[in-house]
Amino acid sequence: MPDKHAEQKPKYTLERQIPGAFEGETVTRRRFMTASAHTAGAIGAAAFALPSLGFALGPIFKSTPVRWESVGPVDMFSEDNYIPVVLTLNPTIGEAGKTTVYVRKFNATIDTDPYDRNTPYIAISSRCAHLGCPVRWVDAAERFICPCHGGVYDLLGRRVGGPPVRPLDRFYTRVNKDSEVELGPRFSVNSELRRFSPRDPGEPLDGIGQYLYPSRPGAQKL
Amino acid sequence: MPKLPKLPAPPVPSALQAPPPRPGDGNGRAAPADHAKHAGRTLVDWVDERTSLSGGVRWMLFRKVPKGTNWFYTLGSATMFVFLSQAVTGVFLAMYYRPDPSGGAYESIRYVTNDVFLGQFVRGMHKWGSSVMVILVFLHMGRTFFFGAYKYPRELNWVIGVVLLILTMVMSFTGYLLPFDQRAYWATIVGVNINGTGPLIGPYLSDFLRGGPEFGATTLSRFYAIHMLLVPGLLAALIGAHLYLVAKLGTTAPPWLKAEEPPELREAEV
Repeated sequence: MPDKHAEQKPKYTLERQIPGAFEGETVTRRRFMTASAHTAGAIGAAAFALPSLGFALGPIFKSTPVRWESVGPVDMFSEDNYIPVVLTLNPTIGEAGKTTVYVRKFNATIDTDPYDRNTPYIAISSRCAHLGCPVRWVDAAERFICPCHGGVYDLLGRRVGGPPVRPLDRFYTRVNKDSEVELGPRFSVNSELRRFSPRDPGEPLDGIGQYLYPSRPGAQKL
Repeated sequence: MPKLPKLPAPPVPSALQAPPPRPGDGNGRAAPADHAKHAGRTLVDWVDERTSLSGGVRWMLFRKVPKGTNWFYTLGSATMFVFLSQAVTGVFLAMYYRPDPSGGAYESIRYVTNDVFLGQFVRGMHKWGSSVMVILVFLHMGRTFFFGAYKYPRELNWVIGVVLLILTMVMSFTGYLLPFDQRAYWATIVGVNINGTGPLIGPYLSDFLRGGPEFGATTLSRFYAIHMLLVPGLLAALIGAHLYLVAKLGTTAPPWLKAEEPPELREAEV
């Protein structure tokens, strides 16, 4: 079979006997028109495709505003037991935007980890660190227990059994001028209770976990 | 191009068939009754003369199939039939559904189920049909695998089939949220978090699906758009490609059937 590419055409259009060729011209007008049409088409397609893509991907990069919400007076909470409070994460979607948080007062004999110093209250998220089901504080067992896949956590929210990959998330706490406990943004902790920006459930934070599951671009450091 | 086979004659006994028109009947002209009788054929001819569609239809439908073709070969068209049923019932469910996360979505589904005439039936077809579709997809995949129908030259059709399988799962996942009851909510929380466990891109994929770091108002509308616009279009286009390749490459004979040796290669005659 003859190779149609073997035959070398002259570089210049003038030497190829093309009518109306200019001196030093290497691109035929047909090829130039084809390339122009393709470029115009690509620009036209990008003009609607790129904004649409950015529109769909935008929420990944959006930073969420910091909300502080009062959950009750300071004397409602004790040092040795958790009180469940309801916190609104998203005020626009009714019941689906609310979550339960377990709050107790800071207790120097239990909360010995250096990261917990200067925290007036300990607020533990009920979102299981396995896949996000709601955990429940069981008084008799002194454990947080997840109904979905059997995750078990101790008093500090550290995993003691089941599939979760890290301790329960926590919320920042503060006391406002009316002596009410306020809960702020969520943060995640690794097994040593070191703080990280909030991660989704199922994402480990020990070892290389914090690099495999990077912080979201919009996360704010407090 | 090989000559296309003719349509088979309908199995009517010759005694019952109408005699061919004789020249001179009705003064040589077609009576209005004759026009009416041939209206269907005239219409088809009119379209075919302008589109040449009949060749494509015959190419698609009147193919030679190998000896031994059996009921297992119907699983693919069964899956497509369920897809069409899902598409039709889905379009009509969309006439009532409201993707409103603050109670409207649940209320609209309750309205369809309890109050709309035949609403429970149509919604039931859509709901159970989704499970039937997943089951049929897997049976069809098993047939293809065990009959060795994925081998050369049909590898690309296997790849398209795998994409169709994934898209079917995406449809099941996104459709699960739409009733917006407790089960839908928690199943979606768990499903999105399973997505997030994929390293590096997992967290970003989760944020894309939820439309933010937490489950919110956009999550439902996103799932709705993916469920009724994005994926069905892709599914329909890929089913078209899948069918084109089936018609072009033909189906395989079942593996227990040995190829007949051509007579000139039989040992006794050599």
